[in-house]
Amino acid sequence: MSKFKKSSGGRKMAALSTASLPDIVFMLLFFFMSVTSMKETEYKVKIKLPQATEVKKLEQKSLVSYIYVGAPLQAFQAKYGTEPRIQLNDKISELFDIADYVESERSSRDENDAQRLTYSLKVDSDAKMGIVTDIKQELRKVQALKINYSTLKVERKDLY
Amino acid sequence: MAKELGQINASSQADIAFLLLVFFLVTTSMSVDQGLNRTLPPPADKNADAEKINERNIFIVLINKDNQLAIEGELSDVRMLTDKTIEFLTNPNDNENLAAKEKASEKFEKLQKDANAKEEDLKNYKYLIDHCGDPEITKGVVSLQNDRGTKYETYIAVQNAIVAAFDICRDNFSKENFGKTFDELSSDQQKIVKLAIPLSISEAEPRSIK
Repeated sequence: MSKFKKSSGGRKMAALSTASLPDIVFMLLFFFMSVTSMKETEYKVKIKLPQATEVKKLEQKSLVSYIYVGAPLQAFQAKYGTEPRIQLNDKISELFDIADYVESERSSRDENDAQRLTYSLKVDSDAKMGIVTDIKQELRKVQALKINYSTLKVERKDLY
Repeated sequence: MAKELGQINASSQADIAFLLLVFFLVTTSMSVDQGLNRTLPPPADKNADAEKINERNIFIVLINKDNQLAIEGELSDVRMLTDKTIEFLTNPNDNENLAAKEKASEKFEKLQKDANAKEEDLKNYKYLIDHCGDPEITKGVVSLQNDRGTKYETYIAVQNAIVAAFDICRDNFSKENFGKTFDELSSDQQKIVKLAIPLSISEAEPRSIK
């Protein structure tokens, strides 16, 4: 009666071949491997980036060093307090550690690249400028002059 | 003749590949790093005299600890900042209180006398004079000063508004002379536009603002 009812005498449908499934999945895998990059570090501070419209992309990830600033996450508040702190690599650090950090970032690259390093400041939007100014002064002292204020991109009409 | 081997069952290969795929999806991030690029001034040299800039060529933007904004001494709003900066930089009516301008050819002559001048800059100034009708280059400098208590979010909003002013000026110049927006130009052309409209934001040595 019904169209979908199996007629006992009808032809059996051939099983769908899944032989190409691994190939398809591998293709996806390679796609994702090539367009993404490993997470740099685990955040120990809370960072909500501010918004901006005139952003420029940072082209070469290998030429970027990160400095994180924000209030420590709940788990670290007992040890580090609730005021915004600096995180370098995966450690919460002090201001005077920045010079050493810049030095180690430079020495891990060859001489040419060391000059072209950009320091990306990922700062929480609720942080005060005092700590940011201090970081900038530290960076100037060690001649690390190329910086980038990390922001999220929004359209001009959405900002205000 | 060799014994014929049974085929290896490959049906689990898909599962293994899926597992790898999920692993990479979890551990990687797609986000691109983006933000406002800025070059810090080199460490202050105590012996060197501060370069004297004419009062009219400085556009002072202050942010205090309560995140209030003052443009040239007047309380204002971030929304006004982009327009005011553009007005200051372009100075369309040659107002005496806004930034002075000088012809590209004047700058070119000065640069020719300078022994440290870069070959590329000279070439680009020549291009400006020959192909863009000797545009007037602003002498204006935006001076941004903030308090230690200023919120970072406000600071970035102000930075962004100032950069927007420069970007809009560059876009206009590019459209007039090359018929494209600044982003669509080749890197050589971008260098020429950057000479015509230099990004001059100066951040003062830190101090507190009432």
